[in-house]
Amino acid sequence: MIATHLPLLQTLFPNIDDWGELGQACIDTLLMLGGSLLLTVAIGLPLGVLLFLTGKNQLHAMPKLYGGLSLVVNVLRSIPFIILMIVLMPVTYFLVGTKLGIRGAIPPLVIGAAPFFARLVETALREVEHGVIEASQAMGATTWQIVRHVLLPEARASLWAGVTVTAIALVGYTAMGGAIGAGGLGDLAYRYGYLSYKSDYMVVTVLLLIVLVQLLQMLGDRIVAHYSKR
Amino acid sequence: MIRFVDVHKSYRVDGKDVPALEPFDLDIADGEVFGIIGHSGAGKSTLIRLINLLERPSGGRILIGDTDIAALPDPALRAARQKIGMIFQHFNLLSSQTVSENIAFPMRIAGEKDARVLRARVDELLQRVGLTAHANKYPSQLSGGQKQRVGIARALANRPSLLLCDEATSALDPQTTASVLDLLAEINRELKLTIVLITHEMDVVRRVCDRVAVLDAGRIVEQGTVADVFLHPTHATTQRFVREALPEEAAGENVPYQNVQGRIMRLSFRGDTTWSPTLGRVTRETGIDFNILAGRIDRIKDLPYGQLTLAMQGPNVDAALQALRAAGIEVEELAR
Repeated sequence: MIATHLPLLQTLFPNIDDWGELGQACIDTLLMLGGSLLLTVAIGLPLGVLLFLTGKNQLHAMPKLYGGLSLVVNVLRSIPFIILMIVLMPVTYFLVGTKLGIRGAIPPLVIGAAPFFARLVETALREVEHGVIEASQAMGATTWQIVRHVLLPEARASLWAGVTVTAIALVGYTAMGGAIGAGGLGDLAYRYGYLSYKSDYMVVTVLLLIVLVQLLQMLGDRIVAHYSKR
Repeated sequence: MIRFVDVHKSYRVDGKDVPALEPFDLDIADGEVFGIIGHSGAGKSTLIRLINLLERPSGGRILIGDTDIAALPDPALRAARQKIGMIFQHFNLLSSQTVSENIAFPMRIAGEKDARVLRARVDELLQRVGLTAHANKYPSQLSGGQKQRVGIARALANRPSLLLCDEATSALDPQTTASVLDLLAEINRELKLTIVLITHEMDVVRRVCDRVAVLDAGRIVEQGTVADVFLHPTHATTQRFVREALPEEAAGENVPYQNVQGRIMRLSFRGDTTWSPTLGRVTRETGIDFNILAGRIDRIKDLPYGQLTLAMQGPNVDAALQALRAAGIEVEELAR
């Protein structure tokens, strides 16, 4: 698609030297987003469930564990992402063997976003009617059965809304990550658009990010609408 | 048989023990419909939740059959709960699942995986509660009465021997309430299922219960057969509940007795005496005269009963009262 419209794009943005590089940056951003979103959900979902279950008046209320988890989550959420990324560099190196590129970006992205997503999960689960949980207990369900068959299915509309919000937050994080060597659209915007005064790069990157966020939001809204019909 | 022995329950609020249920004993027999009536905050929801241990007692023993339910380890408790059905005021159905899936859910919890077994049992239950046509709908597409029928089908799925009803009709209109109560009575009759229900409406107790306990501020203040409690309430709270269930005129409460000549008597007829012309016969034989001040004829579950408030005059009133009592009619003189 880009190839067919290339002449038009070249007239609109004459200062962009290499459209291939821009395409690669798009792919990098999508890879970072996809990878980190997957891991964020994989870590944030169980963490959110744990926060919910150990919370006050819940199935397995454990004030100390809840307090500890809550503190860690709050600390990670209160550090601005750009700083978190720098602070985490040794951890990143230890985990994936590099601080750069897509691989180097994913650990800080996940560590930044998972606590955020976990809170959204906790909130979503709290909205599940207590009576439904009580009814399952009365049927003799185990905690695992309640989580698997009651809490997650009943909360799935809000959970998908949480995934959408998290994905969009991650788009912003990946752009920031670009500034310190993660690559992707943020990297282009920073190096060419900001450091080299090629404003065309800035405009195109911003437009692409807007489109990406719009698409994510639309997709998320559709999924949420599908599940909230009931 | 469910037996509460010296059971009590208190909650810890701000470091202090607040009693919810004072120590009590209570026996519920197999196959009966036992009602627990009380105002909100009287402790009835706590009491019914003690039976399946959704609430743990602070002391005492709760025996279901020979098993002390509070002493069971977790897996055994879960197994016991699978054999105790429960329905709720707000139905508590899974909104993300269809009617059929909701009914199959307790069976899945209990480990049933065979789709054919599930399907067959669900169909059977749908038929029992009259919802076959709604099998694939979601709860939000159903009326309140239909949701409660799903709740009942779900509660019966694992063939329990005991059904707990937590204000099961309080969110329903009077007509729907009547049909849900009829369904509960039918289940009790046909499946020989013990039913424990809590309610704040005497009318619910009158329609389906065999025996009733009245709960007031954490204490059982009165208990007995519904006919005894309903026709001769002794505690002030019970009297209030009974009054609420009757139209004022029928209870004979608002009649200005000071303008009435004669002795004011309340006659209660139960069962067969309701249908025999005893009052007419006794009046003729004793030559007394009477004036009807209030009255009603109704049913307590399957038992017909009548209650008449009369002003009786004449020299032979005492003889007439004796004859009425001899014929099995309960007679009490009302204070002026």
